[in-house]
Amino acid sequence: MVAEKDVWNYLEEVFDPEVPVLTVLDLGIVQKVKVVGSSIHVVITPTYTGCPAMQRIEEDIIEKLNEKGDFEVSVDLVLSPAWTTDWISEEGKRKLKEYGIAPPEDEADKSVLFAEQTVVPCPNCDEKDTKMISHFGSTACKAHYQCNSCLEPFDYFKCLR
Amino acid sequence: MNSLFEYLLRLGDDSLIIGHRLSEWCGHGPILEEDIAMTNLSLDFIGQATSIYKYAGEVEDKGRSADDLAFLRFDREYKNLILLEQPNGDFGMTMMKQFLFDSYRKPLFERLIHSSDDMIAAIAAKSLKETKYHLKHSSEWIIRLGDGTEESRNRVQDSLDTLWRYTSELFFEDSVDEELKSSGIVPSMDGIKKDWSSYVGEILNRATLTIPINNWEQEGGRKGMHSEHLGYILTELQYMQRAYPGMEW
Ligand SMILES: [Zn+2]
Repeated sequence: MVAEKDVWNYLEEVFDPEVPVLTVLDLGIVQKVKVVGSSIHVVITPTYTGCPAMQRIEEDIIEKLNEKGDFEVSVDLVLSPAWTTDWISEEGKRKLKEYGIAPPEDEADKSVLFAEQTVVPCPNCDEKDTKMISHFGSTACKAHYQCNSCLEPFDYFKCLR
Repeated sequence: MNSLFEYLLRLGDDSLIIGHRLSEWCGHGPILEEDIAMTNLSLDFIGQATSIYKYAGEVEDKGRSADDLAFLRFDREYKNLILLEQPNGDFGMTMMKQFLFDSYRKPLFERLIHSSDDMIAAIAAKSLKETKYHLKHSSEWIIRLGDGTEESRNRVQDSLDTLWRYTSELFFEDSVDEELKSSGIVPSMDGIKKDWSSYVGEILNRATLTIPINNWEQEGGRKGMHSEHLGYILTELQYMQRAYPGMEW
């Protein structure tokens, strides 16, 4: 019988297919791991309800755990409690920035038109003078920004809570 | 009639139909950012519909999956708001439709998170976070277009005039709601209508737009009585399952 602790370690090797520097643990989507005999049950929560990566992540978890041993693996998707970007680990936020995606900032999604402050530091030069180009980006979890200082356009992992 | 099942269809069909309409913009957005925005929105709505239909299938307990409910019903069995099946028109029309709907979904989900039905509460909590973001996006466009050029203002005012007649249906209630209200599953529409009116009024005012005076209110969607547009949507939406029954990929 495998220890739950080991399963958590195995999950460190499962990456988000759309932001491949983050593991599912960095992302904070794994809610629970339960081991009974040779069966492993993993509970995950979706980032966005329509995120097409979720199905892929389910399959990747099953594949990874099957690689590690002769287990019967099941993955359940639960909606509650609803995922928030607060669950992304500090390590995950560091990896995002290194990858060129600005990590979620408190209150950063308030918009210019509603006269609210935007502070998303540029992942390239750390300058705070940046502007939102679009509320939506290449995936459901991102918005599009540009740095006014170095002019680099960049993805911002938008704050969801 | 199973009231909970019926209610879930209304909720799920709203998400599916507006999600489908938004997906029609894919590759046709006025600017790249908005093309991406509308398909992102579409994805959120179709995601919501999937969760809601899945639960509806369990509630009905006749072995129907989310896909069965999405693809294998006839037009009269769809319970979405007539507003949502209206053609996209220009970008201003699409954003106006989105704004009127998002302004309703937010106060609705804010109340449904307290539903005595745990699954509805969970779906609402998840969807509320997305809805707030959607509403911010559509509200900003309404202000930008309304308080924009003469051309953009005229166009969104026309859109508002065209769509306003479908907004009374947002607050439609019948015996389905009455039954579910008594068991604390769904909220009363009174508070939702109040929140909607005050928010919509405020944004339209900032957008320098005028609420039209209407003496015609078009309802029927909640009972399965639709405009001619739904049939065309379903023709496209259901084509694969009709042509190749049971196909999966
Ligand atoms: Zn920069």
